[in-house]
Amino acid sequence: MSAESDPAQRVAIGISFGNSYSSIAYTSGEGKAEVIANEDGDRQIPSILSYVEGEELHGSQAKTQLVRNAKNTVTTFRDFLGQDFKSIDPTPCHQSAHPVPSESTVAFKVRDTEAEEESTVTVSEITTRHLKRLRQSASDYLGKDVNAAVITVPTNFSDAQKDALNKAAKEAGIEVLQFISEPVAAVLAYDARPGAQLADKIIVVADLGGTRSDIAVVASRGGIYSVLATIHDYEVSGIQLDQALMDHFAKEFLKKNKSAGDPRENDRSLAKLKLESEAVKKALSIGTTANFSVESLADGVDFTASINRTRYDLLASKHIAAFVRLVTHAVEKAQLDPLDITEIIVAGGNSHTPKVASAVANAFPETTTVLAPSTSPTAINPSELSVRGAAIQASLIQEFDLEDIEQSSHPMVTVTPHLSHAVGVLCISGEESSGIFHTIVDAETPLPVRRTAIISTPREGGDVLIKLVEGLRHIKVTKPEPKPKKEKSEDDDEDDSDEDESEEEEELREKTWKIGNVLSEAAVKGVKKGGKVEVQINITADLNVNAIFREVGGKGGVRGLLSGPKVTQNGSA
Amino acid sequence: MATVTIALPLPVLPEGWAGEKDFKSIGQLSAATDRNIEPVGPHFLAHARRKRHKRTFSEDERIQAQANVKKVEDDDEGEISEPEDPLMLQREAKDWKGQDHYAVLGISRYRWKATEEQIKKAHRKKVLKHHPDKKAAAGGTEDDQFFKCIQKATEVLLDPTKRRQFDSVDEAADVEPPSKKESQKGNFYKLWGKVFEAESRFSKVTPAPKLGNENSSKEDVEHFYNFWYNFDSWRTFEYLDEDVPDDNESRDQKRHIERKNNNARRKRKAEDNARLRKLVDDCLALDERIKKFRQAEHAQKNKRRFEKEAEQKRLAEEAAKKKEEEAKAQAEKEAAEKAAKADGKKAKEAAKNAAKKNKRVVRGAVKDANYFHSGGDAPAARIDSALNDVDHIITKIDNEELAVLTSKLNGVKDAGKIKSIFQEEVQSLVGAGKLKDGEIKSLA
Ligand SMILES: Nc1ncnc2c1ncn2[C@@H]1O[C@H](COP(=O)(O)OP(=O)(O)O)[C@@H](O)[C@H]1O
Repeated sequence: MSAESDPAQRVAIGISFGNSYSSIAYTSGEGKAEVIANEDGDRQIPSILSYVEGEELHGSQAKTQLVRNAKNTVTTFRDFLGQDFKSIDPTPCHQSAHPVPSESTVAFKVRDTEAEEESTVTVSEITTRHLKRLRQSASDYLGKDVNAAVITVPTNFSDAQKDALNKAAKEAGIEVLQFISEPVAAVLAYDARPGAQLADKIIVVADLGGTRSDIAVVASRGGIYSVLATIHDYEVSGIQLDQALMDHFAKEFLKKNKSAGDPRENDRSLAKLKLESEAVKKALSIGTTANFSVESLADGVDFTASINRTRYDLLASKHIAAFVRLVTHAVEKAQLDPLDITEIIVAGGNSHTPKVASAVANAFPETTTVLAPSTSPTAINPSELSVRGAAIQASLIQEFDLEDIEQSSHPMVTVTPHLSHAVGVLCISGEESSGIFHTIVDAETPLPVRRTAIISTPREGGDVLIKLVEGLRHIKVTKPEPKPKKEKSEDDDEDDSDEDESEEEEELREKTWKIGNVLSEAAVKGVKKGGKVEVQINITADLNVNAIFREVGGKGGVRGLLSGPKVTQNGSA
Repeated sequence: MATVTIALPLPVLPEGWAGEKDFKSIGQLSAATDRNIEPVGPHFLAHARRKRHKRTFSEDERIQAQANVKKVEDDDEGEISEPEDPLMLQREAKDWKGQDHYAVLGISRYRWKATEEQIKKAHRKKVLKHHPDKKAAAGGTEDDQFFKCIQKATEVLLDPTKRRQFDSVDEAADVEPPSKKESQKGNFYKLWGKVFEAESRFSKVTPAPKLGNENSSKEDVEHFYNFWYNFDSWRTFEYLDEDVPDDNESRDQKRHIERKNNNARRKRKAEDNARLRKLVDDCLALDERIKKFRQAEHAQKNKRRFEKEAEQKRLAEEAAKKKEEEAKAQAEKEAAEKAAKADGKKAKEAAKNAAKKNKRVVRGAVKDANYFHSGGDAPAARIDSALNDVDHIITKIDNEELAVLTSKLNGVKDAGKIKSIFQEEVQSLVGAGKLKDGEIKSLA
């Protein structure tokens, strides 16, 4: 809030800070976001620090220390920020430095100096060190001293967590311009692509990360985003997928080496098994087979094995199915139907796994576009969605004062009434004489809003009626005609009975409209043959509707005014 | 924002439509929902510029603005779990088969009804509390036994197959059927309803029909009992299997135990089927509705029989009455006929007598007319022919004409007159074609 940083002196980047991986990105002068590789060449930088004889290792180098130096290696700490020990789940740290309580926060006991004793390093301090390294990598790459950032966080990151992260970043020399939520950053990353069309849509961001799954249902209306529902799950995660592979390879190993011990029962073997399993998982995202190869996996026995993608899909299917359930559940929570979903952005590192994307796609109708590397050739790398969004946002706001940014994201600005139903007109259709609803403004559009529609008229032109109504979305379900049971002798229909069953359950689901409140009627008279009518609707925050109806190219037009349910006191209407 | 283009045509303005300046306001928009929009992206910046007007907002305004915002994030899992039994906390993970997985996670009030979400939430709460690191931090030992119990419970309950195996033998979810006495104290539906609700957890077909109440229809009740007598259960008993030894031990031994296990499962399954059947029998026997329906059916039958009998009686009575009436009518008819016959006889006799008398008068008239012989006594032949002719006339006329003729002749003594009366008569008979002209010679 203080004027300590001068916007003109800012070099701002985007940072995605995950429990497993972090990324940094910068938006160039041409408005293109670029994800920066660190000195190890990584764009997904493990959020890990390790201490060896007082030396600090970061990222991939720190990760390899999990085998020999697990006790002094700190992993999976982001979610501990700003929390007390009581409310954290230490499980993901089983194979690295264990968290301990430290006053009102969480800390790790590591030997981070050359001295013999361990020191207690708070999670805030660890975060500062991690961010310093990220900042250094970005500065080295850009050749300028990075001093500001937009950082992505989960939608359920509490104010206390944000405060802690803000302080830790400041300690690292980074001024946090804004925290933005991960799913919204992903949506922004797609919307900011050159050539992207601005369209009203409902987007689900389904993030299968390293330690948790986060689902968000987002309404995008005229480039403004509103989160309608979220789900967070700590059981469905990349760790589970790794575990499935670990169990598989451990069993294979035991089968081949009957006298050797179980690699899962020895810390060092377990760490090796885990690292290699994750590597195999990643390899299976690109290739259809992958090799597992670990020297001295357990009891000095080397182990190599290969696995194909189908096998992995099978091992992971239980977890992937659980992930898909989360996605559909989130849609229900938003009181929507799968048919309402325009797009699903499958995000998080595990979305590289083709099966994850295809399983999600299978649970949704064909009208839903699934954006993932395996389903869409133009998909953005799911590991980079957050950081790209953050970098774009950073470039948008970097010249503002911090105070200005804070005030602009104040609830007085962000809390906005949203339309509860779509508003549109009734048109004539071929079959039905009653009229068919056509949307002009979608439900969940933030107010105020102005929209224009160009509508066809009957072939001969003439006088037309424009009925403005609310449309209630309705899902029409048509049960298939029960197929007459084939009267066949019992012995020859056994093998095709399965097929029949799956076919029988298919029901036809369609999105249709029911007519809700009728708002107004207007007449546009003497429309030329082949003429069109323009309807312009303005809806104010207090639900007053201002509409203009006129023939395209015609003069004047009909004006209509409807006051909202809450009558305005000052009588200006 | 791009303009919406709508290809479907607008309707034609209906005849007689009128609105002030061609506009008619009819209704209002439904109430809006307050939501937070995300302060992200270029379009938000434009929104913020419009809405702020360079103003500065306060903390109070923050609170006020957020008052009605629709919540998107769930409340922190504040729900307090069930008290933890100290004995449970001392469990060993290796005895996991004997543990009550629901109690371990603190959701024993839900049991088989617990959703995936509830199990996950419960798990997380327990992890936060019982993670071995937390015990170590609190100065305790690094005892992770109960933590492992928690993990095992979650593993079982989040795996649909394992969960069914456990639910199959989760006695804590069983609801004992009430005794006969309890059932008859007026709580039949409540008590047995719970029993069947618990049993329905094993149903392959969902939802299983409910017991209902005293107002349930006969069809519903019949459907209920049919369903439960043909219950399709997924209940299995492998959870109670004896552990099969690891491959190191003898294969025979292994196979022996597997066989034993299979037999035990089958036996338990059979027993369970029998148990359920008896349960349904017992419930059915105590179900007042069955009696009610039977009585109603009885009453219905009785009513129908009664109605039938009444109808028969009515028909019989009607038939008897009809018969009686017919008999009466017949009798009357016969009497009337008899009377008529008697009357006829008399009349006939009277007529006969009258005719005799009339004939006598007619014949007498012939004598008075001197047998139509003019001058002096009529010769015998004349007398004969005259009498024959008159008799011939009499045969040609009926009694009434005879009576008429008689009345004309009565008291007439003049021969010429008599003759002319007879001639008239002959004339009319000839006219009626009963006599031929000149047939009656004596009157010619
Ligand atoms: N190419 C890949 N294929 C499959 N899984 C991947 C790939 N890259 C990363 N992952 C997995 O994604 C997870 C990390 O995802 P990320 O979105 O960075 O999560 P977090 O938010 O936890 O940092 C890890 O489980 C990692 O193993």
